[in-house]
Amino acid sequence: MSAHSTVIEASTKRGVWGGGNEPLKASYGKLMMWFFLLSDIFTFAAFLISYLAIRVSYPAYAGAAETFTGSNEYWPVPELVFEALPFLHGVHAPLIFVGIMTFILIASSVTMVLAVEAGHRNDRNDVVKWMLWTLLGGITFLSCQAWEWSHFIHGTDGGSLLTYVNGLGQTVSETVFGANLMVNEYGPASFAQLFFFITGFHGFHVTIGVFLLFLCFYQAAVGIYDKRGHYEMVEKIGLYWHFVDLVWVFVFTLFYLI
Amino acid sequence: MEVQDTKSTLQVTPRNEEKIKKIWKTAFILLAITIGEFIMAFTMDRGILLYTLFILLTIWKAKYIMMEFMHLGDEAKPLFYSIIVPLIFLVWLVIALVKEGSDIFLMRW
Repeated sequence: MSAHSTVIEASTKRGVWGGGNEPLKASYGKLMMWFFLLSDIFTFAAFLISYLAIRVSYPAYAGAAETFTGSNEYWPVPELVFEALPFLHGVHAPLIFVGIMTFILIASSVTMVLAVEAGHRNDRNDVVKWMLWTLLGGITFLSCQAWEWSHFIHGTDGGSLLTYVNGLGQTVSETVFGANLMVNEYGPASFAQLFFFITGFHGFHVTIGVFLLFLCFYQAAVGIYDKRGHYEMVEKIGLYWHFVDLVWVFVFTLFYLI
Repeated sequence: MEVQDTKSTLQVTPRNEEKIKKIWKTAFILLAITIGEFIMAFTMDRGILLYTLFILLTIWKAKYIMMEFMHLGDEAKPLFYSIIVPLIFLVWLVIALVKEGSDIFLMRW
């Protein structure tokens, strides 16, 4: 048994063929968390690989960065779309905000792994301390994403002049501001659709993660895990939280860098 | 009403400084790779080379998160392989859908 995981007592009463054998040497809860995460990896992979497929089916913007205007004829360059900062209107700061978000999520992953480490040592004070930092990181990330979405939906000052087919089936030419599922000022309709679905699905996972973190923080703080005799719950919720970070690493690369 | 007893009955072991140091080291590596990607995004020309580098660096980061943060490397080998081996299917999905996407590109434009 590794020093990293909670020791599970093997049943000595049952024989090898009666369930007394534990080839994976992990508790039921941890195993199920791993297999849930495996299935979730496939869900996210389907989303992200679809993004890749749709992206290569459009021409990329080929002109100079300074003259970039959104069009539904070609895929936008991400650093020219995601370039705004809260409280600094009109400042061109490509990818800075999303970089900060990435940093926050990785930092909260680090504090989570420190909480798991403290859990192995049955150190309640350290678990509570690091869980609180992780919780704070999660809430901050969600708030940043809320701002990011709000900015994406409302759009820039200038907007983009587009010709597109509207919801009534009419072809119209007009200046479009921001984004919705029908049309957006940045690129083809599928650009905003994929943005909403992928970052939304990830944000949904983060939201659930924040609830779980709070539950874990509360239960650790009131001493439930001490009574239970182990801190395995911290480990399981930790797995989920690291997974959220793992997915973001891929979302960041595919959406904001490529 | 009786006040809930919150005294721990578990033995608290002292911090393992070596392990904690390793966690911070991993965090530092992740941060360094991300900063590296940032610099590349603004200094290199967009193209297949840059995209390949981005994806390789991302997989490298994913490896650190799964092995060091999720401790997958420390699990029993059968568990390790039952998580890693199914991911091979994704390689095919990438090849199939990127081919599909580029064929749609040729048809449409």
